[in-house]
Order: sequence, then structure tokens, then C-alpha cells
Amino acid sequence: MAQAVAAAERVERSSLLAAPEGRRARQVLGERILLGLLAASSLVAILTTIGIALSLLFETLRFLDAVPLFDFLFGLNWSPQIAIREDQVGSSGAFGVVPLLVGTGLIAAVAMTVAGPLGLFSAIFLAEYASPRARSFAKPILEILAGIPTVVYGFFAVLVVAPFVRDSSEAAGFEVSSESALAAGVVMGVMIVPIVSSIADDVISAVPQSLREGAYGLGATKSETVRDIVLPAALPGIGGALLLGVSRAIGETMIVVMAAGLSAQLTVNPLQAVTTITVQMVALLTGDQEFDSPKTLAAFALGLLLFIATLILNLIALMLVRRYQERYD
Amino acid sequence: MDMSPGTIRPKLTARGVNVFYGDAQALNRVDLDIRAHEVTALIGPSGCGKSTFLRCLNRMNDLIEICRVDGDIRLDGEDIYDPAVNLVYLRARIGMVFQKPNPFPKSIYDNVAYGPKIHGLARSRADMDETVASSLERAGLWEEVKDRLDAPATGLSGGQQQRLCIARAIAVRPEVILMDEPCSSLDPIATARIEALMDELRQNFTIVIVTHSMQQAARVSQRTAFFHLGDLVEVGDTDTVFTQPVDPRTESYISGRIG
Repeated sequence: MAQAVAAAERVERSSLLAAPEGRRARQVLGERILLGLLAASSLVAILTTIGIALSLLFETLRFLDAVPLFDFLFGLNWSPQIAIREDQVGSSGAFGVVPLLVGTGLIAAVAMTVAGPLGLFSAIFLAEYASPRARSFAKPILEILAGIPTVVYGFFAVLVVAPFVRDSSEAAGFEVSSESALAAGVVMGVMIVPIVSSIADDVISAVPQSLREGAYGLGATKSETVRDIVLPAALPGIGGALLLGVSRAIGETMIVVMAAGLSAQLTVNPLQAVTTITVQMVALLTGDQEFDSPKTLAAFALGLLLFIATLILNLIALMLVRRYQERYD
Repeated sequence: MDMSPGTIRPKLTARGVNVFYGDAQALNRVDLDIRAHEVTALIGPSGCGKSTFLRCLNRMNDLIEICRVDGDIRLDGEDIYDPAVNLVYLRARIGMVFQKPNPFPKSIYDNVAYGPKIHGLARSRADMDETVASSLERAGLWEEVKDRLDAPATGLSGGQQQRLCIARAIAVRPEVILMDEPCSSLDPIATARIEALMDELRQNFTIVIVTHSMQQAARVSQRTAFFHLGDLVEVGDTDTVFTQPVDPRTESYISGRIG
């Protein structure tokens, strides 16, 4: 008897495989539509990225028809302005990217000189020393710093920091231009502090508590524990945080457009005006331009260069942070 | 010298120790003496307060913000909770080995050398080499690592890492070593090595070990203290506690009825 009931149930349950036709079909259709929508959304983002990269590449190849790759990458002279009008004397232009690289590097170096120590020290404070109350107060404020539009930093650089740098340097007897790498770099550094501090804070907080206890258990003081155990353990991740900061610094546009200047001087003196890759891209494409002159095409070449540089930096940084996290998870 | 239990001066004494985490009381008026050159095992079910008590002895509980300790704990008669006590000296005299091996992300050599370095115990490089070698030897690890002292400590096996942590603690020349379930993440062979080591180490050190394993407590300790729900229920010679427990709760626990 009991066996007969069990057999009957088994027949009932086999309907799992043979659901009523209509309902089954509706379910399948719903699932497919949802899947399609989700896949299409991510496809749009991926295709856009590929499209942008390809257009950069093709325009760069057109640019390289007019200007040899060697002259572009290793030329010491950048003066695309010469080529604006065809009737102008000496309309050939010079497209050596080295002064822009040096300018970009100089400003990024100044920025990281500010953002590296400030970001790192505030991360150490937040992660190791701050009481929960101080942390809940300081961390959101640092994150607000990251939310300020860069154009506001630009104002700040032009109207406050640049005059201050000029006046104080002149008072000290230095020759200084009103648009200095120093002013732009310092302000950019302040902008980058939250990027460095937030990632470094995560990385330091991820150092297992057991390592700290091990050091305290040996009689290490708080500062010895932080300096000798926690920071070395977090070092790869901190390196990643700094690289993301550098990547942000070389890609930053608004602050340098407003504060760094246009003249492509080959100098490493931070009191001089220098120009950056991003500033030149803006300058090349502002106003009515024909899109087949080397001048405008140069902007794409610069864009591709910047794209590759930041991509490599970001990849290395993410690799460092991720490998580090794997080690302690 | 009279060796009867009542007259040996204990290495550590705890009197009326209460511990609170916020409003929750984790230990309730614990009185316990730890005798020198013995292994004292603290046993009891999870959450009974045995680890909490262990961490009172080197003031590791200070690291936990909401933790409050009162009562009186003395090391050789000195109050370790005196506000004037320097934690650096306290922890140099009372070392600790943790539940999970926690080697620093440094070389094997630097792991052992770290304690002596911060306490300024080695006068020269040769002196330090000697300290590192003898500590590794006493922790039973020297033969396995002597050819690769510069290799990262994190590359060692779990059991080797735990012996490295013991070597690291010994290198500071403490008087007491606290061990918080030191074998809980190790396999039986590594566990046996560490248990054998404890018996050697008690010649020179006083050892307090927290363990979940009653067999381990029976094997390695001379004295056993049984904790239950924050109370120290019973303490006595290990043989006595395991064969003739006085309190019914102890009897239930060691016979497997609670915990």
C-alpha cells in the first residue's frame, strides 16, 4: 500500500521535467529577455571602450603619416602653433613630445611629493591611531575632498596658490613665472591626497590583526609595530595606491589647463611654466579646427600615449593591490 | 627548601580578577596562582573565559577598547596593572604564542631577531646570530631552517611557523610564555612536536597554555584550571583534576557531557 502511494507520488513529481507548455515557455522567454538586457548593457560599455581605443589608434596612424614616429617620441621641440594657417611662414610645425612628457612628469612629481606623504600619513593615522570617533569624522571629510570638481581646484591654483608661490619666491630672490609647475603640482597633490589615503587606508586595515598582536606580544611599542610590521606588510598595496595617484596626476586636465601654462619648455625647474600632454590636447582641439591637419591629429597621438601610460600604471597598481589582498584573505 | 604546594612562591598571582566587555562580564572574581617552571593548562568550553584570562596576564586585553579588567594580578609580587608599569618591559618578561601562527612577513632570521632588536638585547651582529641560532634550536626548528635563514618565514609549513613563533618569543628571554591554543591549527605530528617542546621549555620558563583539548592538557601540564561561564571552577594538579574532580561541572566536562 505504502509502496503504491510512493509510486504515485513519483509519477506526480516527474512533472518537474514536463511542466505545462505555456508556463514553461513564458519562463524561458522572461529569462532570455533579462539575460539579453544585461549582456547588451555591458556590451555597450565594452564596445565604446574598443571604439575609442580604435579611433585613437587610427587617427594616430594618420598623424604618423605626416610626422615620423621617431620625431614624435624623441623630438625635443613642441610648437604645433606654427602650423595654424597655411600661408604662415614656417608652417611645418614641430611635434616632439619630450617637453610635454617632462612637463607632465614634473607636475606629477610635485603632486606626488605633496600627495604621497600627506596621503600615506593620513592613512596611517586613520587606520592605526584614530579613535573610532575621530575616524568617523575624518574619513568622510577626506572623501569630500575627492568630490570637489577639479575646476574648483583650478581656480584655487590660479587665484591663491600661484600668486603665493610667485610672491614668496620673488621675495626669496628666485626668478619665477606666474604660471608655475609648482603651483599646479601642489594643488593637484592636494586633490590626489584622498585617492592615496583611501586606498592606503584599506590596504593597511587589511593587515591581519594577528601580526599586530604578535609585535605587541613581543613588547613592541605602537610606533615600532606600525613601522616595522604593519607598513612593510602593507608595502605592495601602498605602492599600488601611490601608482594610482600618479596615474591620476598625469591624466588630470583642468587644474593644469588653468594653472600650468602653454609654453612647452624643456625644464625641470618647478618655478618655470611647463605644459602637459593634457593641456596641449585641449589647446590643439579648442576652436574651429580641420580634422586632417597634423595639428589636430597630434591630439589623438597624445591621447593614445596618455591612454597607454595610464593603462599600464593602473594595471600594475591593481595587480599590486590585488596580489597583496590575496595574501591576507 | 620546602616543596609542599602551599609554600612555593607563585610566579603569577591573580586575585579577584573581573573582566568586562562593555556591559558583559567575561570573568568573575578569578583567583589563580601560576607556579614557576610548570605548565599550567587552562581548559573549559568555548566562551568560558580561559583565553580572556590568559590575555590579562600580559595585558593584551588593553588592545580591546571596550575591555575593562579589575582585580589584582602580580608577576613576582609586582602589580602588572599598576599605571606606572611599562608594557614594553612587561611583555618582554611575559611572552606570547598565538592560536594561529603569525610570522611577520620577514625572513626567518629577522622574525627571531626582531624581539631582541627592539629590546636592545644583542650587542653585536655575532651576538644576534648566536641568539637567533639558540632560540631556533630550543624551539626545535634549527635543523630544518639553518640553511635558509634568509628565506621568507611565510614559506614555512604551519607547524614550522608555530615553532618559529615560539623561537621568536624565546629570543626575548621571557620568564613566562603564554600559549593561546598553540596547536589548534596544526596536524597531529606538528602538535606532538610542540607538546614535546613544552616539556623541555618548562625547565627554563613558566608556561600557561589555553587548550581545547583535554588530552593535550593531560599530556603537557602539571596543573589544570577549569573555567566555566566566566568562573574558575576548579584548579589542581592535572592528575587530580582529571581523575578525581571535586566539582560536578568539571566532572561533566572532562567526561564529555558539557562543552
